[in-house]
Amino acid sequence: MSLTIALVAVLGVAVLAALFAFRRAKGLRGGGARLNSLPFYHAAYTFLWAALPALLFLAIWSPVQQGLVDTAVLATPQGQALPDFDLQRNAILGEARDIALGNRSVGFNSEASVIAPIYASAMARYAAVGGGIALLLALGGAFFALRRIGVEFRARTGVERWIMGLLVAASLIAILTTLGIVLSLLFESIRFFGMVSPTEFLFGTQWSPQMAIRADQAGSSGAFGSVPLFWGTVFIGAIIAMIVAIPLGLMSAIYLTQYAHANVRAWLKPILEILAGVPTVVYGYFAALTVAPVVRDLGISLGISSASSESALAAGLVMGIMIIPFVSSMADDSIAAVPQAMNDGSLALGATKSETIKKVVLPAALPGVVGGILLAVSRAIGETMIVVMAAGLAANMTANPFESVTTVTTQIVQLLTGDQEFDSAKTLAAFALGLVLFVITLILNLIALRVVRKYREAYE
Amino acid sequence: MLMNDTTAPEAQMPIAPSDLDSGKTPKMKAENVNVYYGEKHAIKDVSINIHDDKVTAFIGPSGCGKSTFLRTLNRMNDTIPIARVTGHIELDGEDIHAPRMDVVQLRARVGMVFQKPNPFPKSIYENIAYGPRIHGLASGKAEMDAIVEKSLKRAGLWEEVKDRLEDSGTALSGGQQQRLCIARAIAVDPEVILMDEPCSALDPIATAKIEELIHELRGKYAIAIVTHNMQQAARVSQRTAFFHLGELVEYGRTSDIFTNPRAKRTQDYITGRYG
Ligand SMILES: Nc1ncnc2c1ncn2[C@@H]1O[C@H](COP(=O)(O)OP(=O)(O)OP(=O)(O)O)[C@@H](O)[C@H]1O
Ligand SMILES: [Mg+2]
Repeated sequence: MSLTIALVAVLGVAVLAALFAFRRAKGLRGGGARLNSLPFYHAAYTFLWAALPALLFLAIWSPVQQGLVDTAVLATPQGQALPDFDLQRNAILGEARDIALGNRSVGFNSEASVIAPIYASAMARYAAVGGGIALLLALGGAFFALRRIGVEFRARTGVERWIMGLLVAASLIAILTTLGIVLSLLFESIRFFGMVSPTEFLFGTQWSPQMAIRADQAGSSGAFGSVPLFWGTVFIGAIIAMIVAIPLGLMSAIYLTQYAHANVRAWLKPILEILAGVPTVVYGYFAALTVAPVVRDLGISLGISSASSESALAAGLVMGIMIIPFVSSMADDSIAAVPQAMNDGSLALGATKSETIKKVVLPAALPGVVGGILLAVSRAIGETMIVVMAAGLAANMTANPFESVTTVTTQIVQLLTGDQEFDSAKTLAAFALGLVLFVITLILNLIALRVVRKYREAYE
Repeated sequence: MLMNDTTAPEAQMPIAPSDLDSGKTPKMKAENVNVYYGEKHAIKDVSINIHDDKVTAFIGPSGCGKSTFLRTLNRMNDTIPIARVTGHIELDGEDIHAPRMDVVQLRARVGMVFQKPNPFPKSIYENIAYGPRIHGLASGKAEMDAIVEKSLKRAGLWEEVKDRLEDSGTALSGGQQQRLCIARAIAVDPEVILMDEPCSALDPIATAKIEELIHELRGKYAIAIVTHNMQQAARVSQRTAFFHLGELVEYGRTSDIFTNPRAKRTQDYITGRYG
């Protein structure tokens, strides 16, 4: 019995049990009793008890079964005859599995065809065990639930608890995934810091990750000072992009909430939000192909000889445009949340509209606006496509926006693309960079959330 | 300089029978005012005078247009896109809809207190200083301090807040907030104060304080107050206007309206038969 059949069987048991529960509960009501819970809840309660534990078991069992089958096959005489070398043995096992599942007919390794029938029978055995346990769980759950059906039984509360459990599980999955990502970053970073000292990484100003492959190779010292990268990131994402995005985003939010006629707003707001839907790679080539040459020509005409066709300014400008919707939609929300009574109070004192906005509305909306800006910054410094395409690769520590700078995300892409060994300092550096970037955006997000929460308290 | 120093004596003015439409020019004069919200005709041909030495109460069932009419007097209806006002309204003989009338200036002269206290989320001091600062009424910190103190004293709030002027205005109690809003309106030295149900969110004690305050302010400012509370209208006003379905049904001395109404609708309303 394959696990798919077990799955169908479990669901079948659950549905049947639910139908049965429904009829029983209905019968109780027909007998004149006033049920604590409607028959529907008894059915749902029974279904959940029958289906969920069994399904959960199956979800855990299917990866476990793989390992059990492999072990069982290797324990047979034929299995023990397989080569000892891990890689080779696993390849043969994999082929045997494919043959057993019918995904291919002949193996590349001749041993695979020998192992395949053994593999198939082991798989069938374990699937039967797993499927059997699942079915027992389903029957047991159904039995347990059915026995509890009664006039007094609070099936509604029971269902409520199951639903809460499901919701908790859903959020746990998201949290655990994040945790897993952080841990993997952390482990790789620790390996990296075994090769390069953290002080050099965090405070060094030289970035040239090319390691010498041969001892006599020149110019490949392998310097891992990340300061120029973080400077480039801040310069583009937090300085240039914000100089563009904050005023434009704020002003468009003010126009949309305070001045625009309702019809105009109904048109303009979705159009502005389209900006957020443009794929970042499109912004990337817009920056590289359209904006960058203009910026370079401007730089040259201003007499800046170092103006290059990959510049912080081009990347920053386009990134600023990209994050306008982040700033403006948060600002829009928090400005619109300022009660009309504040506006009226100020206007009734003889203030003009712009005085009212400047002195009453914006200060009241400020925490929300700041929260939006912080979120936009953390979005900007994590942004990759635009900077990969338009900012360049040179790790310069320059404040000249016409020069090329590089950013953390650009370098991560550089470090990890192409053929790389996965244990060199060069590749591991990418994880360390990712970790630091993660910590920075995390802190920014935390601050933003706090600020936004504070703003909630102001009016509620 | 700061406050209107032409304040009338505190003593209550005797009301002669001829005073209702005496030769004395009214502070504000509305003639044939109509207000439309889109298609809806909310105020129908209302004419009324507001005198600067009296309190005028607007009463009437909910939805009859009291707030709407009050808001025409300082052109707050301009902020509602669908609202349209026709007719003639004068302040001291000047047409408030005339092109050379600056609406910002008009609102500085005709202040407003709202139904729900709406202090700014700023300090108590800044709440009061806001208006004078916009209109440049004080040159320097000392003058501003004086305005703040004087306004809070007039609004009867000074003793309660003088040690916590830096606290947020929103941290005050509802009644204190409403007095803060009155102080804020007074601070720009208006000539008329419009109050739209200023006590409806307050308890009886806070209400009594506000009523007392209205007594004290009478004579210094022309006051128009919307209220749902008949006793309050009777207590604080000398003139009462009864609105019904957008029409001004009856306008006269408060004592006459309450003891001897001419219109049946007025009588039904004040005796509580509908509303
Ligand atoms: N902004 C608006 N848009 C459309 N119609 C409005 C608006 N404000 C008020 N109205 C309508 O105008 C009429 C008068 O409203 P108004 O608020 O002046 O009544 P009111 O006498 O103050 O009532 P209440 O005693 O309940 O405050 C009502 O029918 C109301 O529905
Ligand atoms: Mg009203």
